[in-house]
Amino acid sequence: MSSNTWPLWEVFVRSARGLSHVHAGSLHAPDAEMAVRNARDLYTRRNEGISLWVVRSEDIITSDPDEKDSFFESPQGKDYRHATYYKASEGVKHL
Amino acid sequence: MAATTPQNAGLSAVPSYEQEQSQARFDALIEQDSRIEPRDWMPEAYRKTLTRQVSQHAHSEIIGMQPEANWITRAPSLKRKSILMAKVQDEAGHGLYLYSAAETLGTPRDELNDQLMSGRAKYSSIFNYPARSWADMGAIGWLVDGAAIANQVPLCRASYGPYGRAMVRICKEESFHQRQGFEILLALSRGTEAQRKMAQDAINRFYEPSLMMFGPPDEQSPNSAQSMAWKIKRFSNDELRQRFVGMIAEQVKVLGMTLPDPELRFDEETGRWIHKELNWDEFMAVIKGNGPMNSHRLERRREAHREGAWVREAAAAYARKYENSEVA
Repeated sequence: MSSNTWPLWEVFVRSARGLSHVHAGSLHAPDAEMAVRNARDLYTRRNEGISLWVVRSEDIITSDPDEKDSFFESPQGKDYRHATYYKASEGVKHL
Repeated sequence: MAATTPQNAGLSAVPSYEQEQSQARFDALIEQDSRIEPRDWMPEAYRKTLTRQVSQHAHSEIIGMQPEANWITRAPSLKRKSILMAKVQDEAGHGLYLYSAAETLGTPRDELNDQLMSGRAKYSSIFNYPARSWADMGAIGWLVDGAAIANQVPLCRASYGPYGRAMVRICKEESFHQRQGFEILLALSRGTEAQRKMAQDAINRFYEPSLMMFGPPDEQSPNSAQSMAWKIKRFSNDELRQRFVGMIAEQVKVLGMTLPDPELRFDEETGRWIHKELNWDEFMAVIKGNGPMNSHRLERRREAHREGAWVREAAAAYARKYENSEVA
């Protein structure tokens, strides 16, 4: 069995002009060029994309899922950041 | 209460406070019909069950390429050949989506490959039957892919996020597989007497094995209850089998063919389809490696891996060289 596994890459596909690249999945490839080619063969066999990004999975920095409560605490209880908080002006046109 | 394996079973059978908290969070997510993601805490038994199920599913896609790849060079027209190549390429893609999902549970790709090639891992027993005639391409698409779809659609809602997402992609692509198979049989059913016979023969051989793809009857499927409690599985083996046999019982009429099951009927009273007793001894024998094609399929997989070694080595060597020149 091969001992040196190819690195893992995350694949992002832009499905149409004007839309963001969206995470589609991951794959193994020996280098960036092969990763892009493999991503085309694996994730765009039916015209799903007009643009591809690949990035090495190990290069992605993530927030810590165990600290997600405290990390994302700030907006909680601040519903005055949403338009729906403002009830007094309900029924006023074009507001 | 979901069964869990303590992290340090040898040290203490009593879960720590943190473990209890984690378990409670996990149970709540399952209860809310939410998804478990790779970096969430999960019971070891959940991780193990999923790793086994998702990797077996991936192996099935990869081994499933063989019976059809076998007919690419003998397809009766360029159109059929192009379709078959697209389908086999899809199976490879499906295998890769699923291996990626399995890897998020912590087992590396090499290990998963090794489990398959060393014969330690199982895959769907249906692929251990030979594809003898062109009509088998039709029967496999219609019955085997049909059963696979019936199984896979509810898996799109599986509680493990990466598995569910892979299944959504797979189900979208799979729908053409069943149709192209049905249309192969439809063309044969409108052909010569010999072609009709060939189609009927293929249906006869694949009917029972395709019904067995849903797994043993519920009362003999001990892991099902746990998988349903974890919301990996949404319907029992027998429920899905029911649904499938009802669909093909109607579809076969369009072909003007018959299913090899004189006992098949819809029971008005129970609202259920009754089908013949399936040969579960044969099913178990094939799963255990004694099917007509088991050793052939595994040997072919190993051979493909061996023959691809130089490609992998060359690509790795090129990547190393490129990496070095970038640094310099």
